[in-house]
Amino acid sequence: MSAELRIVLAGFGGQGVLFAGKVAAYAGLIDDREVSWLPSYGPEMRGGTANCSVTLSDEPIGSPLVTTPDVLVALNQPSYDKFVDEVRPGGVIVADTSMIADMRVRDDVETFGVPATKMAEEAGLKGLANIVLLGKLFAVTGFCSRETLDAAIEKCVPPRKAALIEKNKQAVDLGMGA
Amino acid sequence: MAEKVLMKGNEALAESALRAGCRFFFGYPITPQTELAAYMSKQMPKVGGTYLQAESEVAAINMVYGASAAGARVMTSSSSPGVSLKGEGISYMAGADLPGVIINIQRGGPGLGSIQPSQSDYWQATRATGHGDFQIVVYAPSTVQEMADVAFNAFDVADRYRTPVMILGDGLLGQMMEPVVLPDPVDPADLPAKPWATTGHKHARPHNVANSLYLTAEDLERLNFERYERYEQIKATEQRFEEYLCDDADIVVVAFGASARVARSAVNAAREKGIRAGLFRPVTLWPFPVDGLRATLGTARAYLDVEMNMGQMVDDVRLVVEGRAPVEFLGRAGGMIPTPEEVLARIEEINERIGE
Repeated sequence: MSAELRIVLAGFGGQGVLFAGKVAAYAGLIDDREVSWLPSYGPEMRGGTANCSVTLSDEPIGSPLVTTPDVLVALNQPSYDKFVDEVRPGGVIVADTSMIADMRVRDDVETFGVPATKMAEEAGLKGLANIVLLGKLFAVTGFCSRETLDAAIEKCVPPRKAALIEKNKQAVDLGMGA
Repeated sequence: MAEKVLMKGNEALAESALRAGCRFFFGYPITPQTELAAYMSKQMPKVGGTYLQAESEVAAINMVYGASAAGARVMTSSSSPGVSLKGEGISYMAGADLPGVIINIQRGGPGLGSIQPSQSDYWQATRATGHGDFQIVVYAPSTVQEMADVAFNAFDVADRYRTPVMILGDGLLGQMMEPVVLPDPVDPADLPAKPWATTGHKHARPHNVANSLYLTAEDLERLNFERYERYEQIKATEQRFEEYLCDDADIVVVAFGASARVARSAVNAAREKGIRAGLFRPVTLWPFPVDGLRATLGTARAYLDVEMNMGQMVDDVRLVVEGRAPVEFLGRAGGMIPTPEEVLARIEEINERIGE
Protein backbone atom coordinates (compact mmCIF):
# COMPACT_ATOMS: atom_id res chain seq x y z
CA MET A 1 0.00 0.00 0.00
CA SER A 2 1.44 3.35 -0.99
CA ALA A 3 1.65 6.13 1.58
CA GLU A 4 -0.98 8.20 -0.16
CA LEU A 5 -3.79 7.35 -2.55
CA ARG A 6 -5.62 10.20 -4.25
CA ILE A 7 -8.86 9.31 -5.97
CA VAL A 8 -11.31 11.24 -8.14
CA LEU A 9 -14.76 9.68 -8.60
CA ALA A 10 -16.99 11.28 -11.21
CA GLY A 11 -20.35 10.67 -12.87
CA PHE A 12 -23.91 11.93 -13.18
CA GLY A 13 -25.78 13.09 -10.09
CA GLY A 14 -27.70 10.06 -8.79
CA GLN A 15 -25.07 7.48 -9.77
CA GLY A 16 -23.78 7.39 -6.22
CA VAL A 17 -20.41 8.95 -6.86
CA LEU A 18 -20.35 10.79 -3.54
CA PHE A 19 -21.50 7.67 -1.70
CA ALA A 20 -18.81 5.45 -3.23
CA GLY A 21 -16.23 8.07 -2.27
CA LYS A 22 -17.58 8.13 1.26
CA VAL A 23 -17.21 4.34 1.54
CA ALA A 24 -13.55 4.62 0.46
CA ALA A 25 -12.98 7.43 2.97
CA TYR A 26 -14.66 5.49 5.77
CA ALA A 27 -12.42 2.50 4.99
CA GLY A 28 -9.44 4.77 5.62
CA LEU A 29 -10.95 6.03 8.86
CA ILE A 30 -11.57 2.46 10.09
CA ASP A 31 -7.90 1.66 9.37
CA ASP A 32 -7.00 4.77 11.43
CA ARG A 33 -5.46 6.55 8.46
CA GLU A 34 -5.70 10.21 7.52
CA VAL A 35 -8.58 10.69 5.09
CA SER A 36 -10.37 13.53 3.34
CA TRP A 37 -13.46 13.64 1.14
CA LEU A 38 -14.39 16.73 -0.84
CA PRO A 39 -17.46 16.93 -3.07
CA SER A 40 -17.98 19.20 -6.01
CA TYR A 41 -20.71 21.68 -5.24
CA GLY A 42 -22.43 24.57 -6.89
CA PRO A 43 -22.07 25.31 -10.59
CA GLU A 44 -20.18 22.07 -11.25
CA MET A 45 -23.19 20.13 -10.01
CA ARG A 46 -25.51 21.90 -12.41
CA GLY A 47 -25.77 20.06 -15.69
CA GLY A 48 -25.96 16.84 -13.78
CA THR A 49 -22.34 15.92 -13.16
CA ALA A 50 -20.97 15.22 -9.72
CA ASN A 51 -17.50 14.37 -8.56
CA CYS A 52 -15.56 13.99 -5.37
CA SER A 53 -11.94 13.90 -4.28
CA VAL A 54 -10.90 11.27 -1.76
CA THR A 55 -7.44 11.05 -0.22
CA LEU A 56 -6.20 8.20 1.97
CA SER A 57 -2.83 8.85 3.56
CA ASP A 58 -0.50 8.01 6.40
CA GLU A 59 0.45 11.69 6.77
CA PRO A 60 -1.74 14.74 7.46
CA ILE A 61 -3.46 15.65 4.19
CA GLY A 62 -2.71 18.98 2.56
CA SER A 63 -5.20 20.14 -0.02
CA PRO A 64 -8.24 17.83 -0.10
CA LEU A 65 -8.81 18.87 -3.71
CA VAL A 66 -7.27 16.15 -5.86
CA THR A 67 -5.86 17.69 -9.05
CA THR A 68 -3.60 14.87 -10.32
CA PRO A 69 -5.32 11.69 -9.13
CA ASP A 70 -3.60 8.33 -8.73
CA VAL A 71 -6.95 6.79 -9.55
CA LEU A 72 -9.95 7.95 -11.58
CA VAL A 73 -13.30 6.20 -11.26
CA ALA A 74 -15.45 7.43 -14.16
CA LEU A 75 -19.14 6.61 -14.43
CA ASN A 76 -20.06 8.51 -17.59
CA GLN A 77 -18.70 10.01 -20.78
CA PRO A 78 -18.39 13.67 -19.74
CA SER A 79 -16.61 12.69 -16.53
CA TYR A 80 -14.21 10.44 -18.39
CA ASP A 81 -13.46 13.16 -20.92
CA LYS A 82 -13.00 15.79 -18.20
CA PHE A 83 -10.59 13.85 -16.00
CA VAL A 84 -8.79 11.34 -18.24
CA ASP A 85 -5.81 13.59 -18.85
CA GLU A 86 -5.50 14.63 -15.20
CA VAL A 87 -4.56 11.14 -13.97
CA ARG A 88 -0.89 11.00 -13.13
CA PRO A 89 1.28 8.87 -15.44
CA GLY A 90 1.39 5.35 -14.01
CA GLY A 91 -2.02 5.86 -12.43
CA VAL A 92 -5.18 3.80 -12.72
CA ILE A 93 -8.53 4.42 -14.43
CA VAL A 94 -11.62 2.36 -13.65
CA ALA A 95 -14.43 3.21 -16.06
CA ASP A 96 -18.00 2.09 -16.61
CA THR A 97 -17.94 0.94 -20.24
CA SER A 98 -21.71 0.59 -20.36
CA MET A 99 -21.90 4.39 -19.98
CA ILE A 100 -18.77 5.41 -21.88
CA ALA A 101 -18.96 4.76 -25.60
CA ASP A 102 -15.92 6.67 -26.73
CA MET A 103 -13.05 5.67 -24.45
CA ARG A 104 -9.75 7.19 -25.46
CA VAL A 105 -7.23 4.93 -23.71
CA ARG A 106 -3.94 6.49 -22.57
CA ASP A 107 -0.88 4.27 -22.88
CA ASP A 108 0.79 5.64 -19.74
CA VAL A 109 -1.97 4.64 -17.32
CA GLU A 110 -3.61 1.30 -16.53
CA THR A 111 -7.22 1.39 -17.72
CA PHE A 112 -9.84 -1.09 -16.52
CA GLY A 113 -13.12 -0.99 -18.43
CA VAL A 114 -15.99 -2.59 -16.53
CA PRO A 115 -19.57 -2.64 -17.89
CA ALA A 116 -20.69 -1.90 -14.35
CA THR A 117 -24.20 -0.54 -15.01
CA LYS A 118 -25.09 -3.53 -17.20
CA MET A 119 -23.53 -6.01 -14.78
CA ALA A 120 -25.35 -4.52 -11.82
CA GLU A 121 -28.70 -4.60 -13.61
CA GLU A 122 -28.24 -8.21 -14.71
CA ALA A 123 -27.33 -9.24 -11.18
CA GLY A 124 -30.39 -7.57 -9.67
CA LEU A 125 -28.25 -4.79 -8.20
CA LYS A 126 -29.67 -1.87 -10.16
CA GLY A 127 -28.20 1.43 -9.04
CA LEU A 128 -25.06 -0.12 -7.59
CA ALA A 129 -22.71 0.36 -10.55
CA ASN A 130 -20.81 2.76 -8.29
CA ILE A 131 -20.03 -0.04 -5.83
CA VAL A 132 -19.22 -2.50 -8.64
CA LEU A 133 -16.54 -0.02 -9.76
CA LEU A 134 -15.40 0.48 -6.17
CA GLY A 135 -15.02 -3.32 -5.98
CA LYS A 136 -12.83 -3.23 -9.06
CA LEU A 137 -10.80 -0.36 -7.60
CA PHE A 138 -10.39 -2.39 -4.42
CA ALA A 139 -9.24 -5.45 -6.42
CA VAL A 140 -6.71 -3.38 -8.38
CA THR A 141 -5.25 -1.22 -5.62
CA GLY A 142 -5.96 -3.12 -2.40
CA PHE A 143 -6.49 0.22 -0.64
CA CYS A 144 -7.80 -1.61 2.44
CA SER A 145 -8.72 -5.12 3.62
CA ARG A 146 -12.02 -6.76 2.64
CA GLU A 147 -13.14 -6.71 6.27
CA THR A 148 -12.49 -2.96 6.38
CA LEU A 149 -14.39 -2.39 3.15
CA ASP A 150 -17.39 -4.34 4.43
CA ALA A 151 -17.30 -2.42 7.71
CA ALA A 152 -17.17 0.84 5.77
CA ILE A 153 -20.26 -0.17 3.78
CA GLU A 154 -22.07 -0.95 7.03
CA LYS A 155 -21.14 2.51 8.36
CA CYS A 156 -22.19 4.40 5.23
CA VAL A 157 -25.52 2.77 4.42
CA PRO A 158 -28.08 4.67 6.50
CA PRO A 159 -30.02 2.56 9.06
CA ARG A 160 -33.33 3.01 7.20
CA LYS A 161 -31.75 1.38 4.15
CA ALA A 162 -30.00 -1.42 6.05
CA ALA A 163 -31.41 -3.97 3.61
CA LEU A 164 -28.99 -2.58 1.02
CA ILE A 165 -25.88 -3.54 3.00
CA GLU A 166 -25.80 -7.08 1.60
CA LYS A 167 -26.48 -5.84 -1.93
CA ASN A 168 -23.58 -3.42 -1.64
CA LYS A 169 -21.30 -6.28 -0.56
CA GLN A 170 -22.52 -8.36 -3.52
CA ALA A 171 -21.73 -5.44 -5.79
CA VAL A 172 -18.18 -5.37 -4.43
CA ASP A 173 -17.85 -9.11 -5.23
CA LEU A 174 -19.16 -8.48 -8.72
CA GLY A 175 -16.63 -5.71 -9.33
CA MET A 176 -13.74 -7.74 -7.92
CA GLY A 177 -14.50 -10.53 -10.38
CA ALA A 178 -14.90 -8.22 -13.37
CA MET B 1 -11.60 8.16 23.82
CA ALA B 2 -14.73 9.17 21.98
CA GLU B 3 -15.40 7.61 18.60
CA LYS B 4 -13.85 9.10 15.49
CA VAL B 5 -16.51 9.89 12.91
CA LEU B 6 -16.44 11.18 9.37
CA MET B 7 -18.23 14.53 9.11
CA LYS B 8 -18.42 17.59 6.93
CA GLY B 9 -16.78 20.66 8.44
CA ASN B 10 -20.10 22.51 8.51
CA GLU B 11 -21.76 19.65 10.39
CA ALA B 12 -18.91 19.06 12.82
CA LEU B 13 -18.94 22.75 13.69
CA ALA B 14 -22.71 22.69 14.29
CA GLU B 15 -22.57 19.54 16.43
CA SER B 16 -19.72 20.93 18.47
CA ALA B 17 -21.66 24.16 19.10
CA LEU B 18 -24.61 22.13 20.42
CA ARG B 19 -22.22 20.28 22.71
CA ALA B 20 -20.86 23.61 23.96
CA GLY B 21 -24.37 24.44 25.16
CA CYS B 22 -25.57 26.52 22.23
CA ARG B 23 -29.37 26.44 22.43
CA PHE B 24 -30.37 29.12 19.94
CA PHE B 25 -29.54 29.29 16.25
CA PHE B 26 -30.81 31.95 13.87
CA GLY B 27 -29.80 31.88 10.24
CA TYR B 28 -30.63 32.33 6.62
CA PRO B 29 -29.55 29.92 3.86
CA ILE B 30 -26.55 30.62 1.67
CA THR B 31 -24.04 28.37 -0.09
CA PRO B 32 -21.53 27.08 1.01
CA GLN B 33 -22.68 27.09 4.66
CA THR B 34 -26.19 25.70 4.27
CA GLU B 35 -25.38 22.25 5.75
CA LEU B 36 -24.58 24.00 9.02
CA ALA B 37 -28.05 25.50 9.32
CA ALA B 38 -29.63 22.28 8.02
CA TYR B 39 -27.85 20.27 10.70
CA MET B 40 -29.02 22.72 13.36
CA SER B 41 -32.60 22.51 12.11
CA LYS B 42 -32.55 18.74 12.65
CA GLN B 43 -30.56 18.50 15.86
CA MET B 44 -31.40 21.67 17.80
CA PRO B 45 -34.98 20.60 18.62
CA LYS B 46 -33.63 17.29 20.00
CA VAL B 47 -31.72 19.13 22.74
CA GLY B 48 -34.65 21.42 23.53
CA GLY B 49 -33.19 24.44 21.77
CA THR B 50 -34.60 26.86 19.22
CA TYR B 51 -33.74 26.82 15.54
CA LEU B 52 -35.24 29.59 13.51
CA GLN B 53 -34.77 30.44 9.88
CA ALA B 54 -35.09 34.20 9.94
CA GLU B 55 -36.52 36.34 7.15
CA SER B 56 -33.08 37.82 6.48
CA GLU B 57 -29.50 37.92 7.74
CA VAL B 58 -30.24 41.27 9.42
CA ALA B 59 -33.14 39.75 11.32
CA ALA B 60 -31.04 36.73 12.29
CA ILE B 61 -28.22 38.76 13.85
CA ASN B 62 -30.71 40.87 15.80
CA MET B 63 -32.28 37.68 17.14
CA VAL B 64 -28.78 36.67 18.21
CA TYR B 65 -28.52 40.02 20.03
CA GLY B 66 -31.78 39.29 21.84
CA ALA B 67 -30.97 35.74 22.87
CA SER B 68 -27.51 36.78 24.01
CA ALA B 69 -28.91 39.65 26.08
CA ALA B 70 -31.13 37.08 27.78
CA GLY B 71 -28.03 35.09 28.71
CA ALA B 72 -28.24 32.21 26.23
CA ARG B 73 -25.45 30.67 24.19
CA VAL B 74 -26.38 31.60 20.65
CA MET B 75 -24.98 31.30 17.16
CA THR B 76 -25.64 32.43 13.60
CA SER B 77 -23.94 31.38 10.41
CA SER B 78 -23.67 32.70 6.89
CA SER B 79 -21.30 33.17 4.01
CA SER B 80 -19.55 36.32 2.86
CA PRO B 81 -22.38 38.49 1.39
CA GLY B 82 -24.65 37.45 4.25
CA VAL B 83 -22.02 38.35 6.83
CA SER B 84 -21.79 41.86 5.37
CA LEU B 85 -25.49 42.21 6.13
CA LYS B 86 -24.89 41.16 9.72
CA GLY B 87 -22.24 43.83 10.19
CA GLU B 88 -24.55 46.35 11.78
CA GLY B 89 -25.86 43.82 14.30
CA ILE B 90 -22.37 42.65 15.20
CA SER B 91 -21.38 46.25 15.90
CA TYR B 92 -24.44 46.64 18.16
CA MET B 93 -23.47 43.44 20.00
CA ALA B 94 -19.93 44.71 20.49
CA GLY B 95 -21.33 48.04 21.72
CA ALA B 96 -23.61 46.28 24.19
CA ASP B 97 -20.86 43.84 25.25
CA LEU B 98 -22.88 40.81 24.22
CA PRO B 99 -21.26 37.42 23.58
CA GLY B 100 -22.27 35.32 20.59
CA VAL B 101 -20.72 33.17 17.90
CA ILE B 102 -20.85 34.14 14.23
CA ILE B 103 -19.77 31.75 11.50
CA ASN B 104 -18.54 32.89 8.11
CA ILE B 105 -17.99 30.07 5.61
CA GLN B 106 -16.41 32.33 3.03
CA ARG B 107 -16.99 32.34 -0.72
CA GLY B 108 -15.35 34.35 -3.50
CA GLY B 109 -16.05 38.07 -3.66
CA PRO B 110 -16.62 40.98 -3.88
CA GLY B 111 -20.36 41.35 -4.31
CA LEU B 112 -22.35 38.16 -4.72
CA GLY B 113 -19.10 36.74 -6.11
CA SER B 114 -18.83 32.98 -6.54
CA ILE B 115 -19.80 30.12 -4.28
CA GLN B 116 -16.35 28.52 -4.33
CA PRO B 117 -13.96 28.71 -1.34
CA SER B 118 -12.21 31.99 -0.55
CA GLN B 119 -10.47 33.87 2.25
CA SER B 120 -11.34 37.32 1.04
CA ASP B 121 -13.11 38.43 4.23
CA TYR B 122 -9.94 38.59 6.36
CA TRP B 123 -10.00 42.37 6.47
CA GLN B 124 -13.71 42.43 7.24
CA ALA B 125 -13.30 39.95 10.08
CA THR B 126 -10.20 41.48 11.66
CA ARG B 127 -10.63 45.18 10.89
CA ALA B 128 -14.20 46.20 10.23
CA THR B 129 -16.96 43.68 10.77
CA GLY B 130 -19.14 46.71 11.33
CA HIS B 131 -18.88 50.42 12.10
CA GLY B 132 -17.30 51.87 15.20
CA ASP B 133 -14.32 51.19 17.44
CA PHE B 134 -14.38 47.48 18.16
CA GLN B 135 -12.72 44.14 17.54
CA ILE B 136 -14.03 40.62 17.65
CA VAL B 137 -12.07 37.45 18.31
CA VAL B 138 -11.57 35.55 15.03
CA TYR B 139 -10.63 31.88 14.73
CA ALA B 140 -9.43 30.35 11.45
CA PRO B 141 -9.66 26.55 11.64
CA SER B 142 -7.74 24.49 9.11
CA THR B 143 -9.19 20.99 9.54
CA VAL B 144 -12.61 19.53 10.30
CA GLN B 145 -11.30 18.59 13.76
CA GLU B 146 -10.31 22.18 14.34
CA MET B 147 -13.72 23.40 13.13
CA ALA B 148 -15.17 21.37 16.01
CA ASP B 149 -12.50 22.41 18.52
CA VAL B 150 -12.70 26.15 17.93
CA ALA B 151 -16.51 26.09 17.86
CA PHE B 152 -16.57 24.46 21.28
CA ASN B 153 -14.05 26.93 22.66
CA ALA B 154 -15.58 29.99 21.00
CA PHE B 155 -18.57 30.08 23.35
CA ASP B 156 -16.32 30.11 26.43
CA VAL B 157 -14.18 32.91 24.99
CA ALA B 158 -17.26 34.91 23.97
CA ASP B 159 -18.74 34.62 27.47
CA ARG B 160 -15.46 35.27 29.30
CA TYR B 161 -14.77 38.55 27.51
CA ARG B 162 -18.38 39.46 26.66
CA THR B 163 -17.57 39.80 22.97
CA PRO B 164 -18.80 38.39 19.68
CA VAL B 165 -16.48 35.68 18.36
CA MET B 166 -16.22 34.78 14.68
CA ILE B 167 -15.16 31.50 13.14
CA LEU B 168 -13.80 32.26 9.70
CA GLY B 169 -13.97 29.13 7.55
CA ASP B 170 -14.40 28.71 3.83
CA GLY B 171 -16.28 26.54 1.35
CA LEU B 172 -13.52 23.96 1.27
CA LEU B 173 -13.48 23.38 5.03
CA GLY B 174 -17.27 23.54 5.22
CA GLN B 175 -17.89 20.99 2.48
CA MET B 176 -15.09 18.49 3.09
CA MET B 177 -15.32 15.44 5.32
CA GLU B 178 -12.53 14.33 7.63
CA PRO B 179 -12.37 12.19 10.74
CA VAL B 180 -13.30 14.12 13.86
CA VAL B 181 -13.57 13.37 17.56
CA LEU B 182 -16.33 15.49 19.07
CA PRO B 183 -16.08 17.05 22.52
CA ASP B 184 -18.16 15.82 25.44
CA PRO B 185 -21.40 17.77 25.77
CA VAL B 186 -21.84 20.53 28.33
CA ASP B 187 -25.14 21.04 30.14
CA PRO B 188 -26.10 24.72 29.76
CA ALA B 189 -27.34 24.64 33.36
CA ASP B 190 -23.73 24.06 34.51
CA LEU B 191 -22.33 27.14 32.77
CA PRO B 192 -21.20 30.18 34.80
CA ALA B 193 -23.98 32.64 35.66
CA LYS B 194 -24.29 35.86 33.66
CA PRO B 195 -25.20 38.52 36.23
CA TRP B 196 -25.46 41.13 33.47
CA ALA B 197 -28.15 39.25 31.51
CA THR B 198 -31.66 40.63 31.13
CA THR B 199 -33.42 37.63 32.62
CA GLY B 200 -36.22 39.12 34.69
CA HIS B 201 -35.75 39.31 38.48
CA LYS B 202 -38.98 40.50 40.15
CA HIS B 203 -37.32 43.70 41.48
CA ALA B 204 -34.58 41.73 43.27
CA ARG B 205 -31.88 43.93 41.75
CA PRO B 206 -31.50 47.04 39.59
CA HIS B 207 -32.45 46.63 35.92
CA ASN B 208 -29.95 45.15 33.50
CA VAL B 209 -29.96 46.88 30.13
CA ALA B 210 -28.45 45.64 26.87
CA ASN B 211 -27.81 48.81 24.92
CA SER B 212 -25.29 50.38 22.58
CA LEU B 213 -26.73 53.93 22.47
CA TYR B 214 -24.92 56.49 24.67
CA LEU B 215 -25.69 60.11 23.91
CA THR B 216 -23.19 61.48 26.43
CA ALA B 217 -19.79 61.44 24.78
CA GLU B 218 -17.94 61.16 28.11
CA ASP B 219 -19.85 57.98 29.00
CA LEU B 220 -19.28 56.42 25.61
CA GLU B 221 -15.58 57.24 25.69
CA ARG B 222 -15.24 55.63 29.11
CA LEU B 223 -16.95 52.48 27.84
CA ASN B 224 -14.66 52.37 24.82
CA PHE B 225 -11.62 52.73 27.07
CA GLU B 226 -12.86 49.90 29.29
CA ARG B 227 -13.57 47.68 26.30
CA TYR B 228 -10.11 48.26 24.90
CA GLU B 229 -8.59 47.23 28.23
CA ARG B 230 -10.43 43.96 27.75
CA TYR B 231 -9.03 43.74 24.21
CA GLU B 232 -5.53 44.08 25.69
CA GLN B 233 -6.28 41.10 27.95
CA ILE B 234 -7.46 39.13 24.94
CA LYS B 235 -4.30 39.99 23.05
CA ALA B 236 -2.19 38.92 26.02
CA THR B 237 -3.90 35.57 26.58
CA GLU B 238 -5.75 34.36 23.48
CA GLN B 239 -3.19 34.36 20.64
CA ARG B 240 -3.14 30.89 19.05
CA PHE B 241 -0.97 29.54 16.27
CA GLU B 242 0.70 26.39 14.96
CA GLU B 243 4.30 26.17 13.85
CA TYR B 244 5.51 23.45 11.51
CA LEU B 245 9.25 22.98 10.84
CA CYS B 246 9.94 26.62 11.75
CA ASP B 247 12.88 25.96 14.13
CA ASP B 248 15.56 26.19 11.46
CA ALA B 249 13.48 27.71 8.64
CA ASP B 250 15.12 30.10 6.18
CA ILE B 251 11.77 30.62 4.48
CA VAL B 252 8.67 30.84 6.63
CA VAL B 253 5.40 30.39 4.78
CA VAL B 254 2.52 32.12 6.58
CA ALA B 255 -0.99 30.87 5.81
CA PHE B 256 -4.29 30.24 7.60
CA GLY B 257 -7.29 27.97 7.11
CA ALA B 258 -7.54 26.02 3.87
CA SER B 259 -4.53 27.69 2.25
CA ALA B 260 -2.38 26.53 5.20
CA ARG B 261 -3.16 22.93 4.18
CA VAL B 262 -1.82 23.61 0.70
CA ALA B 263 1.18 25.48 2.14
CA ARG B 264 2.00 22.55 4.42
CA SER B 265 2.22 20.18 1.42
CA ALA B 266 4.48 22.70 -0.34
CA VAL B 267 6.72 22.99 2.75
CA ASN B 268 7.08 19.19 2.85
CA ALA B 269 7.98 19.14 -0.85
CA ALA B 270 10.52 21.95 -0.32
CA ARG B 271 12.14 20.05 2.56
CA GLU B 272 12.49 17.01 0.29
CA LYS B 273 14.49 19.26 -2.05
CA GLY B 274 16.73 20.35 0.82
CA ILE B 275 15.16 23.80 1.24
CA ARG B 276 14.71 24.83 4.86
CA ALA B 277 11.08 25.92 4.71
CA GLY B 278 8.57 26.08 7.54
CA LEU B 279 4.91 26.95 8.04
CA PHE B 280 3.52 29.47 10.51
CA ARG B 281 -0.24 29.12 10.77
CA PRO B 282 -2.27 31.68 12.74
CA VAL B 283 -5.26 30.02 14.42
CA THR B 284 -6.47 33.33 15.82
CA LEU B 285 -6.56 36.05 13.17
CA TRP B 286 -7.54 38.55 15.85
CA PRO B 287 -5.70 38.66 18.12
CA PHE B 288 -3.02 38.09 15.49
CA PRO B 289 -0.30 35.80 16.92
CA VAL B 290 2.27 38.57 16.95
CA ASP B 291 4.56 36.99 19.54
CA GLY B 292 4.71 33.62 17.80
CA LEU B 293 5.44 35.10 14.40
CA ARG B 294 8.05 37.47 15.83
CA ALA B 295 9.92 34.46 17.26
CA THR B 296 10.45 33.10 13.72
CA LEU B 297 12.55 36.18 12.91
CA GLY B 298 15.45 34.39 14.60
CA THR B 299 16.08 32.16 11.57
CA ALA B 300 13.81 33.44 8.80
CA ARG B 301 15.50 35.17 5.91
CA ALA B 302 12.28 35.57 3.94
CA TYR B 303 8.53 35.15 4.35
CA LEU B 304 5.95 33.95 1.86
CA ASP B 305 2.35 34.76 2.73
CA VAL B 306 -0.18 32.52 0.94
CA GLU B 307 -3.88 33.39 0.91
CA MET B 308 -7.02 32.76 -1.11
CA ASN B 309 -7.48 36.49 -1.72
CA MET B 310 -5.56 39.42 -3.22
CA GLY B 311 -3.36 39.97 -0.14
CA GLN B 312 -4.96 40.81 3.22
CA MET B 313 -3.26 39.01 6.13
CA VAL B 314 0.04 39.93 4.50
CA ASP B 315 -0.45 43.40 6.05
CA ASP B 316 -0.35 41.87 9.54
CA VAL B 317 2.70 39.80 8.64
CA ARG B 318 4.52 42.93 7.47
CA LEU B 319 3.56 44.78 10.68
CA VAL B 320 5.29 42.04 12.69
CA VAL B 321 8.31 41.58 10.42
CA GLU B 322 8.87 45.37 10.33
CA GLY B 323 11.09 45.23 7.25
CA ARG B 324 13.64 42.91 8.83
CA ALA B 325 13.11 40.32 6.07
CA PRO B 326 11.36 40.43 2.71
CA VAL B 327 7.67 39.44 2.82
CA GLU B 328 6.29 38.11 -0.46
CA PHE B 329 2.71 37.26 -1.32
CA LEU B 330 1.06 34.52 -3.36
CA GLY B 331 -2.70 34.65 -3.73
CA ARG B 332 -5.53 33.08 -5.69
CA ALA B 333 -8.90 34.79 -5.78
CA GLY B 334 -12.51 34.46 -6.80
CA GLY B 335 -12.89 30.93 -5.44
CA MET B 336 -9.67 29.42 -6.81
CA ILE B 337 -7.49 27.27 -4.56
CA PRO B 338 -3.69 27.49 -4.87
CA THR B 339 -1.89 24.24 -5.69
CA PRO B 340 1.05 22.90 -3.68
CA GLU B 341 3.07 23.01 -6.91
CA GLU B 342 2.67 26.76 -7.39
CA VAL B 343 3.52 27.44 -3.75
CA LEU B 344 6.59 25.19 -4.05
CA ALA B 345 7.70 26.99 -7.21
CA ARG B 346 7.55 30.29 -5.34
CA ILE B 347 9.49 28.87 -2.38
CA GLU B 348 12.17 27.67 -4.81
CA GLU B 349 12.36 31.09 -6.45
CA ILE B 350 12.76 32.80 -3.08
CA ASN B 351 15.34 30.24 -2.01
CA GLU B 352 17.47 31.00 -5.06
CA ARG B 353 17.23 34.69 -4.40
CA ILE B 354 18.22 34.54 -0.73
CA GLY B 355 21.01 32.04 -1.53
CA GLU B 356 22.83 34.65 -3.61
